[in-house]
Amino acid sequence: MEGRLSIEQKKKLKARVNKSKRFLFGMQGKEGVLLKTFVYVLLICIGFVYLYPLIYMVSFSFKSLEDLLSPLVNWIPSQFYFDNYLRANNVLSFLPTLMQSFYVTVLPALAQTAVAGVIGYGFARFDFPLKRTLFVLVLATFVVPPQVTMIPRYVFFNELGLLGNIQAFLIPAVLGQGLNSAIFILIFYQFFKMIPKSLEEAAQLDGAGVVRVFTTIAIPMAVPAIIISFLFSFVWYWNETYLASLYFGNQLSTLPLELQRFVATFNQLYSGNDSGANSINEGVRMAGTVLSILPLLLVYFLTQKWFVEGVDRSGITGE
Amino acid sequence: MKLTMKKKNQLIGYAFISPWIIGFVLLTAFPLLYSLFLSFQDVRVTTNGIQTDFVGLNNYEIAFGVDTLFTQYLLTFIQELVLSVPIIIVFSLIIALLLNQQIRFKGFFRTIFFLPVIIASGPVINELMEQGVTSIPSIEQYALFQAIMTSTDSFVNTFLIYLMNNLIVILWFSGVQILIFLAALQKIDKQVYEAAKIDGASNWECFWKVTLPSLFPMVVVNTIYTIVMFSIFALNPVIDHIQSNMFDISTGLGYASALSWIYFLIIALALTVSVGLMTVRGSKKYA
Repeated sequence: MEGRLSIEQKKKLKARVNKSKRFLFGMQGKEGVLLKTFVYVLLICIGFVYLYPLIYMVSFSFKSLEDLLSPLVNWIPSQFYFDNYLRANNVLSFLPTLMQSFYVTVLPALAQTAVAGVIGYGFARFDFPLKRTLFVLVLATFVVPPQVTMIPRYVFFNELGLLGNIQAFLIPAVLGQGLNSAIFILIFYQFFKMIPKSLEEAAQLDGAGVVRVFTTIAIPMAVPAIIISFLFSFVWYWNETYLASLYFGNQLSTLPLELQRFVATFNQLYSGNDSGANSINEGVRMAGTVLSILPLLLVYFLTQKWFVEGVDRSGITGE
Repeated sequence: MKLTMKKKNQLIGYAFISPWIIGFVLLTAFPLLYSLFLSFQDVRVTTNGIQTDFVGLNNYEIAFGVDTLFTQYLLTFIQELVLSVPIIIVFSLIIALLLNQQIRFKGFFRTIFFLPVIIASGPVINELMEQGVTSIPSIEQYALFQAIMTSTDSFVNTFLIYLMNNLIVILWFSGVQILIFLAALQKIDKQVYEAAKIDGASNWECFWKVTLPSLFPMVVVNTIYTIVMFSIFALNPVIDHIQSNMFDISTGLGYASALSWIYFLIIALALTVSVGLMTVRGSKKYA
């Protein structure tokens, strides 16, 4: 009987193999340990790749020149070295620029959200001739790159004297033609479609006019959509450097724009007679980058729930 | 004059969308036509305003014949678009599938994967690229990578090198797409899976026969979104080139308009080709 197993032994062995298989690979409806581990390892690896630039930035921003040059110091600086931040603060002129960034970001974002709400409500609740064509045109504006309309708008704003002024951002936002306006109109459209019409009809029977229904019933119910639109609009306006540099010229600046000019400004400020301590290095540049994204990061971590759930709840994926 | 209820409602509807209509005519439709008009002109900005001179297709001829930089940028752009968009879509789908499982710290992972959307501004990414943090460090030295490089032909090589050098940027472009896929995944009816399982479908079969078909509309949406975001991103050299020509006295607004129209047409072409292909194939497969 050497090497051969009785039927009973075979059965037992098979059962054991199946059990461990189930444990490792899982059964229907329940994953095994192996798969689970694999999923976690994959997620953690990808997560690290995502965070790697951030970690790198923060780590380098605290490195002194000696740390930067020393091959022994890899990730953790030998000391907390704040000089980089002091210099970056000077180069970016952090506080005034921060105020300006908020100014040219929050106002257009508010305007864009409000107007997108009104337009989305119009499309969702009323029937009028050409509605479908117009809605298709709304969506079509999303795929028109800003570069095509940029030159005529530039000429147009130039003639009206709106350049170097927040109005160059505000006017398109108020007229529903701001950054990615189509997306916001779509969000509100989907959102208002989901609200049962009977609620508004009840109010209308009680004698409320259209404006009243909109302000007292539709808007309070659309709070999630409003928050999402405002946040996305805020972030997109904040990150927009191309149109900002074109329309604002030297009159207004934002943190990303200052970051773009970082090296030039640094050399102007610290054009030291000696190279070495006063010349620009990775540490200073990374400190500048960290400073310029810090406000957005703070906003994100305070509001990430809305950002992440937003796409879900706003019904952008359609019902 | 008394309006009927229907007429009244129509007027109110128009009133609600009137800001958009005005804006569309003034700031999108008219500029679009005007820039098309400018692209056939030689434009000089004088103290009396703008003076134009009809030059026919001259600007377009310069763009393709003389301006070697532009054609080169354009070709790189198309190449990158063709490579990146499928990678971004597939990658965001994979992450969405991973996140859709029952795992701990789901919120934490979602927060991380969405982070890049927040800091995706040109200058920030530019700083990171200059520091070389957007590529995987020293991957070229790994034996496995070397082995792949020597054993495959040049096309796969370019693809791999591009992928390795731009991996983080590519990943960083997929935040919104991941969320869109995730939202769609959560809306798939669980009962469909149960029915498929009872019929003896494996997880693999479930993915191809249930998950993918129901995600199909979102694949189209994400493709459009990715192409648009990729093309209007500020780091794009084509866009830079257009702007530098805007303020160049020897070329000017007319030439820049021609460039932007060429660019626009290429993006429109990319959108129609990709969406067209997908819907034709998709409707056959998943109808």
